[in-house]
Amino acid sequence: MITDPVLLSNAIVAGLLLGGFYTAVALGLSIAFGQLDIVNIAHPAFIIIGSYFAYLLGAMHGLDPVLTGVILTPLFFVLGIVVYRVYYASFERTGQESLSGLAFFFGLMFIIEVTLILIYGVDYRLVQASYIGVNWKIGIVDIPLRMAIPFATSMLMTIGLYLFMSKTFVGRAILAVSQDRQALQLMGANPVRIKQIAFGLALATASVAGALLIIIGPVEPSINREYIGRAFAIVVLGGMGSLPGTVLAAFILGIAESFVNTFANPSWAPAVAFGALLLTLAIRPSGILGRHS
Amino acid sequence: MAHSFWRRLAGMAGAFTALAVLIPALSAGPALAQEKTIKIGFSMALTGPLGAGGKSALIAMEIWRDDVNAKGGLLGRKVEFVYYDDATNPAKVPPLYTKLLDVDKVDLIVSSYGTNVIVPAMNIVMRKKMVFPSLFGLAVNDEFKYDRYFQIMPAGPDPKVDWSRGFFELAKGKGLETVALAAADAEFSQNAVYGARKNAQAMGFKVVYDKSYPPSTTDFAPIVRAIQATNPDVVYVGSYPPDSVGMVKAANELQLKTKLFGGGMVGLQFAAIQKNLGPMLDNVVNYDFWVPASTLNFPGIDAFLKKYQQKAAGAGVDPLGHYLPPWAYAYLEVLGQAVEDTKSLDQDKLAKHMQTTTYQTIVGPVKFGSNGEWQTSRALMVQFRNLKADDLDQFSKAGSRVVLHPPSVKTGELVFPYRQ
Repeated sequence: MITDPVLLSNAIVAGLLLGGFYTAVALGLSIAFGQLDIVNIAHPAFIIIGSYFAYLLGAMHGLDPVLTGVILTPLFFVLGIVVYRVYYASFERTGQESLSGLAFFFGLMFIIEVTLILIYGVDYRLVQASYIGVNWKIGIVDIPLRMAIPFATSMLMTIGLYLFMSKTFVGRAILAVSQDRQALQLMGANPVRIKQIAFGLALATASVAGALLIIIGPVEPSINREYIGRAFAIVVLGGMGSLPGTVLAAFILGIAESFVNTFANPSWAPAVAFGALLLTLAIRPSGILGRHS
Repeated sequence: MAHSFWRRLAGMAGAFTALAVLIPALSAGPALAQEKTIKIGFSMALTGPLGAGGKSALIAMEIWRDDVNAKGGLLGRKVEFVYYDDATNPAKVPPLYTKLLDVDKVDLIVSSYGTNVIVPAMNIVMRKKMVFPSLFGLAVNDEFKYDRYFQIMPAGPDPKVDWSRGFFELAKGKGLETVALAAADAEFSQNAVYGARKNAQAMGFKVVYDKSYPPSTTDFAPIVRAIQATNPDVVYVGSYPPDSVGMVKAANELQLKTKLFGGGMVGLQFAAIQKNLGPMLDNVVNYDFWVPASTLNFPGIDAFLKKYQQKAAGAGVDPLGHYLPPWAYAYLEVLGQAVEDTKSLDQDKLAKHMQTTTYQTIVGPVKFGSNGEWQTSRALMVQFRNLKADDLDQFSKAGSRVVLHPPSVKTGELVFPYRQ
């Protein structure tokens, strides 16, 4: 069956599209966890907030979910700064970030979940958009726009973020703070300020990722838990702090999932994806594109 | 400044102390009155994966309580609920039922919503020999064989198999031969597909695809494509709401060509999902338990739905309430009628009554069989027809879901095939 060109080419394309969406989910975590060492386990919960905003603005004003996700990035950026300031003042400043910080983000995750439940209830939320349900057939390959739009949006966001990180002073300072905080301080930059900007950026990606998630499927407050393991796995597999590594890892997971779903028993998809993670870490402990320590 | 702050703080502390002393004293009167209430205890899935259903069930149960209390209560005593959120977490259920029975000293108990949170309560309930009306647990009593368990869901005496029998009888009636089975790796879906497999074998279908997928699956296109590659006449899916949506969308996007599609997809009964999917649901044949139809217009159902829809507006739950709420009302109706008929809260008397009586409820006549399931199945197979996009109202009327099975409540014929 794997030699069937229709199934094979569609499995690859579906895997790439899925990987593109996974990139959006993991991108913020790649900055927060990979570069800043902040175990933001609540990142998928912030993504769900993004989904609810997309739902609300779509239902109330007919706004396209992707547009909503992009428009609200400044709001999420500010939210990220606030969350980081609380985290810094409560834990990082006193050196308690490892365990207490983790508990903080766990708590934040539950608070977000419960708040969403109290405000919007527990019913499933979905969005309408002209491209949902539309399929482009190019030769033997199917491209459902419900997956292609999230893929394209995610790739644009990733390229933008990559250029920002590599071409701007603040971007390079973020990379520097992840490598040597003290050296950055000696060069006159304030690491706390740089980290709060980086964390703001991480959360800004959640706004877009949330909009993409609700395009793909229905959302309810506790659905964030489905993405915690996957997002962390992508960041670790790609190499801590490497944005290209995150993209590559997301594609590997997406393609692995698509291949197993097409050619084998879909039940094995998580085992194969996480097996790839274990195998990679056994060979390259720092991840695919991670720096050797 | 600081002095005035401390004085204000002391004043507030004094006020709180006074309140703490006064509140119990003031509530002593009502407490005496509360001794006369009948307490019904339960845990409910108000959050977590089944939270959407659980919250709508609670609204329905509160309507029943208010209806009963408006008529003077049960045995002349007002009915009071004692309930806790089990968060759809099986581990939370045993301590909650222990607390309900040992600490809260409730007079009657009923189950939470869903198999996963009903099963963990069974041992505690059985130890206390309590009558246990149950809300949508699939084949829970197959293992426990508890003679005081009463399931309101009309899945029939052999629930796993009866659930999908109608679907396969429809397929057989059209001379179809091959079947693909896809189900989530979750308790309900696996039970549903187990029954589907049994029906397929018993009716001589050739199973050409039989696989499960993890509930966390994001993109269902590869699964639908793999199913299409086996070219089945029938595609039976056992799924939870997110995967049901994913499956239907992928089937539409990839133009899945099969003759009969649907079966055991949870979520396609929920108004928000129906509204969103709209025409993508056309010709899907799926299980349901109650839909607006002339054959299912039982006394009291319209009045109940009217009340429910008023309460549900803005509560973030299913706005139409066709799927679970009538049954949440009905399982309390059964319990209430048993209490009134036996004029007792004695669990032996209640159990005997429930084992032998046919109850008239808003979901029609209910008669339990020896294993506590409905004596005869009334699991519906309905087909979505001629749906418009983004129109919730169409689902509140008869005709958007045509009842194909069982013959006793049928309102139309199968439109065939699903897509060629």
